[in-house]
Amino acid sequence: MGRYIARRLLYAIPVLLATTFLIHTMVFVLPGDPIQGLAGDRPVPPAVLAELHERYHLDDPLFARYFAYLGGLLTGDLGSTFTGEPVADTLAGRWQVTLRLGLTAWCLETVLGVGLGVWAALRKGRWADNTVLAGTTLVIAVPVYIVGYLAQLILGVRLGWFPVSGTEGGWPTAYLLPALVLASFGVAYVARLTRASLLENLRADYVRTAGAKGLRRHRIVLRHTLRNSLIPVVTFLGVELGSLMAGAVVTEYIFNLPGIGQQVFQAIQLREGPTVVGITTLLVLVFCLANLVVDVLYGLLDPRIRHE
Amino acid sequence: MLSAAPSTAPGRASGPEAGRRAGPALLALVALLLALAPGCARRGADDALPDPPAVPGGAYTVALTEPDHLTPGRTTSSYALQVIQGLFDPPVTLDPADGHAVPLAAESLTSDDQRVWTLRVRPGGAFHNGEAVTARSFATAWNAAAYGPNGWGSNGYFSQIDGYDALNPADGAQPPTRELAGLEVVDDTTLRVTLTAPFSQFPMLLAFPAFAPLPSAAFTDPAGYDRHPVGNGPYAMDGDWRHNQRIDLRRAAGYAGPRPPMADQVHFRIFTSKDTAFTELRAGHVDFMASVPAARAYEAKRTFGRRYSVRPSGTMDYLGLPLWDQRYAKPELRRALSMAIDRRGITRAIFNEVFAPADSLVAAMIPGHRAGACGDTCAYRPAAAKELFDRAGGFTGTLELYFANSDPTYEQWMTAVANELKQNLGIHDIVFRKMSGADLGPILNGRKATGPYRQNWVVDYPSVQNYLAGLLGRDNRTGWSNPAFDDALARGNAAATPAESIAHYHDAEDIALAELPLIPLWNWQDQTAWSSRIGNVLVDPYVAGLHLERVTVRH
Repeated sequence: MGRYIARRLLYAIPVLLATTFLIHTMVFVLPGDPIQGLAGDRPVPPAVLAELHERYHLDDPLFARYFAYLGGLLTGDLGSTFTGEPVADTLAGRWQVTLRLGLTAWCLETVLGVGLGVWAALRKGRWADNTVLAGTTLVIAVPVYIVGYLAQLILGVRLGWFPVSGTEGGWPTAYLLPALVLASFGVAYVARLTRASLLENLRADYVRTAGAKGLRRHRIVLRHTLRNSLIPVVTFLGVELGSLMAGAVVTEYIFNLPGIGQQVFQAIQLREGPTVVGITTLLVLVFCLANLVVDVLYGLLDPRIRHE
Repeated sequence: MLSAAPSTAPGRASGPEAGRRAGPALLALVALLLALAPGCARRGADDALPDPPAVPGGAYTVALTEPDHLTPGRTTSSYALQVIQGLFDPPVTLDPADGHAVPLAAESLTSDDQRVWTLRVRPGGAFHNGEAVTARSFATAWNAAAYGPNGWGSNGYFSQIDGYDALNPADGAQPPTRELAGLEVVDDTTLRVTLTAPFSQFPMLLAFPAFAPLPSAAFTDPAGYDRHPVGNGPYAMDGDWRHNQRIDLRRAAGYAGPRPPMADQVHFRIFTSKDTAFTELRAGHVDFMASVPAARAYEAKRTFGRRYSVRPSGTMDYLGLPLWDQRYAKPELRRALSMAIDRRGITRAIFNEVFAPADSLVAAMIPGHRAGACGDTCAYRPAAAKELFDRAGGFTGTLELYFANSDPTYEQWMTAVANELKQNLGIHDIVFRKMSGADLGPILNGRKATGPYRQNWVVDYPSVQNYLAGLLGRDNRTGWSNPAFDDALARGNAAATPAESIAHYHDAEDIALAELPLIPLWNWQDQTAWSSRIGNVLVDPYVAGLHLERVTVRH
């Protein structure tokens, strides 16, 4: 197992190199001039333009820029934003917000999603099951920004149960509503996945055998059925941890949370190469780690799957 | 990578049992949402509440978008200027009634020939850290902004001061000096400024925050200073600028200048989304918002009543024409294009009547604006337009329309313009060149556009001259030039009295309107709304945003 993990971690290195290079190339090949773009319809004096181009290496060739970035990366320098702030500093202030949001959403997905799924599966065809099905259909069908604005207006403004926006309430108060919105799709998806997987396994021969030899119902469900039914759910939840971080763009925008989703949105608009590459690298790392955890968990959930 | 977000991906397959017997529950949920949905039930308007009494004290919150810098010379962003306006007193300010220059940090600003100006510093002025405001505080600030290699955002505003060219070599070389030749510190309270040419509008220019003085602390740790600027204005920083979250100001202890503040504290809450900020205003967590999104105009009017105001700003939209392209060379054709555009219809349909149709090259709030200066050329006269169009020989080939993708309304109004040119003039081959601002800027500045483009102008100081020189002066984007126009501008710049200079600027405007290298479209208006907690709200078209120091708070 240790060797497997070490090997997987080594794989992450070429993945990181490839993604950073890809993003660099994509930012590089875009035509136009980001500095002029910042100034809008007012021409920038040539001397200032020349100075800023040099400062942000905008005229360097692709490979020179990429290797300079890699060199900087080794010393912990991620470049700087167009306002002159080091990207590493801005990320330091923001990753905690996104991490809190992502983890809160992820926990909600796990607890609510699996809970609802099991609840619905055990009451197949009854009103509980139908309610879960209808509710999840609605949530999956409605785009997240509509869910977000509605939740904000109803639960935040009209009922006043949650802060409307911002992080000033601290964790968990300020994060609950946005996390719920961010998790809404995932909760619905996990509930459906759990329900379908559990129903399939409840029909299996070994469950009938377990019932025939007199095991208690909750023991059959929890120990014998739920455990292996959770494999597709764990796969989803693992990848979801990374996706939640990246998917926070819309939620952070609506709820005005100063996280990295909000930053990457602004950076793409301003075409701030170093910021986009920095955040993307971070997200690739999260994805790699999440995938690794999923693969390790497979072995724990189902002993038939082994890693050599 | 970023589009992989599952929570935003719309079309993902749902589970196999989707939708079975979901009807009743779904209906119930929808009914619940509708019952709770905002807007169905009206909130009780508190319009009846009287304005807060004019007693000093209290704190209020303003919605803001993240500024780029808080050091005056480093920025031209209106969000930054809103904060800087509380922190700094520039040499002069503009009278809210008519925009004329009034001394602020300066005691006086005089000139005999409009070229050499003498600025006398108000005695006893001090920065928040106790350092005295002297003539040198101004000179060092201006030199830093004008020095090309610093890359400060307001650099271009200093181009009329003698010696600017030496600090900004065109070839990007290192300048031989770090100081403007035109700035001379005579003594602690006197600064002599020499311009490259007479410029009667110079006092107005000095109201721009980039001309504010800077203390020596600004240069010992520029990054730290940008997070915690020390100014000479009515408010001082209360803690550091918390990026993307908030900026807090408190009454400056030793302030003895001409605009003593009413409220004790001003909080700026920073929002990425204007819609979210508006929601917070409705929820009562924010007291003032300077730019309500145009789409929320009717909702804002309904919710805020007399605490909602729309007033013309200095910003204008134009359709610029590429005059180096022979097809656009005839003024008759350009006038025909202008008369084929239904400005009122577009401002109504797309901007909820928040923007006003343009009838001149300058915005309505500018002293010297003449209503109807553009005459029939800016009126919607489709039949006359077609006749003129045919007489000018029509148009051949593809008409390309250039605009940036930064805002969805750009495409909406460009589409409307394209439809009107199609219908009214019979130009059928029209294509859009929509791109990012980063792409469009170099194309327009390099005169590489091959069709009409969106041109926007945000005014720097309320003078007709600012529009004319900025849009149609030397090296302008349209490629238009006319010696008579340049002469008229120069005569206005050299004139001894404001009345005399305006007359010359009007001559210049008439020449530009007759030849029409630039078609005026509409004048932006600012929509502001505020809570019943605050009063004496003065949104000034001439200075950035809200007059922070005048606001009174119910407390």
